[in-house]
Amino acid sequence: MAPRSSIRKVSLIRKRIGNALVYLFVIGISSVIILLYVLLAIASVSPELEGLVPKGFSLSAWQKVLSGRLEVPGAEYQYPNLYLVIGNTFLLAISVAFIEMLIASLAAYAISRFKFGGRGTLLSLILVLHSFPAITLLIAVFYILNMMGLYDTLLGVILVKVAFDMPLAIWIMKGFFDAVPWDLEMSALVDGCSRLQAWWKVLMPAVRNGLMVVLIFGFLSGWGEFIFVLTFISSQSYWTLSMLVYAFTTGEYFYVDPCITATVGIIYMLPVVVFFLFAQKYLLRIQLVGKGAF
Amino acid sequence: MLRLSKIKTRPSALWAFLIPSVVLIGLFFFVPVVLTFLISLTSMDYSFRWDWIGLENYVKIITDPWAPKILTNTFFYVGLTLSCFNVGLALLLAIITTHINEKVGAAIRAIWLLPRITPPAVYALLWLWATRRESSSLFNWVLGFFGIEPIEWKLQYPWLIVILVNGFVGASFGMIIFTAALKNISRDVIWAAKVDGASTLQIIRHIELPLIKWPILFVTTYQTLSLLTSFEYILLTTGGGPGLYTTEVWALYAYDLAFRQYGGISYFGYGASLAVFLVIIGIIASVLYLKLFRFRELMLEPKIEVR
Repeated sequence: MAPRSSIRKVSLIRKRIGNALVYLFVIGISSVIILLYVLLAIASVSPELEGLVPKGFSLSAWQKVLSGRLEVPGAEYQYPNLYLVIGNTFLLAISVAFIEMLIASLAAYAISRFKFGGRGTLLSLILVLHSFPAITLLIAVFYILNMMGLYDTLLGVILVKVAFDMPLAIWIMKGFFDAVPWDLEMSALVDGCSRLQAWWKVLMPAVRNGLMVVLIFGFLSGWGEFIFVLTFISSQSYWTLSMLVYAFTTGEYFYVDPCITATVGIIYMLPVVVFFLFAQKYLLRIQLVGKGAF
Repeated sequence: MLRLSKIKTRPSALWAFLIPSVVLIGLFFFVPVVLTFLISLTSMDYSFRWDWIGLENYVKIITDPWAPKILTNTFFYVGLTLSCFNVGLALLLAIITTHINEKVGAAIRAIWLLPRITPPAVYALLWLWATRRESSSLFNWVLGFFGIEPIEWKLQYPWLIVILVNGFVGASFGMIIFTAALKNISRDVIWAAKVDGASTLQIIRHIELPLIKWPILFVTTYQTLSLLTSFEYILLTTGGGPGLYTTEVWALYAYDLAFRQYGGISYFGYGASLAVFLVIIGIIASVLYLKLFRFRELMLEPKIEVR
């Protein structure tokens, strides 16, 4: 008995050490991410940092940022007013979210419920489009926006953004419509509702969760958008927060006081943090249903 | 039961549902695909003149002195980020977080979602900040405890930054898919193995990994295409530098030529041909994966379905 139990003890110890190492690795590498965000938070209230240790405390950056007027160091002119920039970003995000939700659920309903020629083709086309590298089409999209007179307008960016997110949004919504039992709308149709009425009055309330997923997905996607704004917007009065932060950080040095950059960064992060803390289940759904689907 | 086909629906109703998305996708997706190819046959610049020059742009790619370097960069970047992070670390995270305490595992997976939903401009800022040259920057500060002199990361190790920045975002995609696949494996199989005395490592090696082969191949292919065409984070961190084209990848090169020519010349034609070239590389890569991993066999009998 004795030798066996000591062997078991040794293997138990080895297992413990192995477990500890695994934990150490996974927590260690994950904490890199946490540290990056902590750094941002500390930097906004401390004029000087030694690694993660703040040297002093000051709210002057917040004061300056919240006044909305941000000077370009060493220049006479100013960055566009922060509140205008936040307004633009919000307008972009909220428009993308709602247009995407509405158009995608219309199309998804049709694909989920109608029998029509070319349905299969349309479905596979959506898949192909989603895997088509959108970024390679920038030049052609630029040309089209220019022809339509939508270059340097927020509307242009919104439409392009919605179009590129559309395949994924339709795919997400289709999944939710498929899960709604037929009987539900059947009774509405028998009662004399038109398809459009049935869609709006019966189906839409039944896919609330899906609408939330697409709304959050669209909002975050519009809120963070950078390349389209950089490419299709030239006037500073249409800047979004991503352009402002980009302007702060271009070049070898930070042209703008790091405290101010961090503070604007935190403001930019706020909706993301809110969604992250309170909408986890939807976020995971976006990842799973959305991108995992193909 | 009443069949739907018995309820008459006018075809116009169908169109009412489909038209908005069809118009948008057509205008900004289909037309651009055709247009990109057409523009690549011209010498178009910001004046938007259609001067047809045939395949001249494609000849130019072959003779472009920077093309070989940038192509090598692209493969280097895609290969390393993919193997170390988007597939490698993703697999490691998925396996570890499904084997440790469930709550801790879920919390760790949540942390890895954060970079993905952070606005790219802020996310890039975080890394630029942590890797500043000053001895007080996060990286140098930590290394200072080990007596290592401050490093000018962006100048000395630009590739490290590029790969870390992309990898820490990229890992979450694979992680989520692998986790879902691992959770789908029937518990019975694992218990049976445990009863037979298999260790955790043996279970991972001989049961779990073979069972999630299809998701692994899927993530590898999908992320190869994503990485090939991604340049957002590179633009935001190193901008392709330091110096001339040190960390420039193909997609960024096309973008730079078309939109970031400070001399006032924008090479839409040449940029478009570079984009077409990239799409061709993507197609070749997918076909290679298909052949290499015998996708078709896997497609026929998927053991684990990822939704």
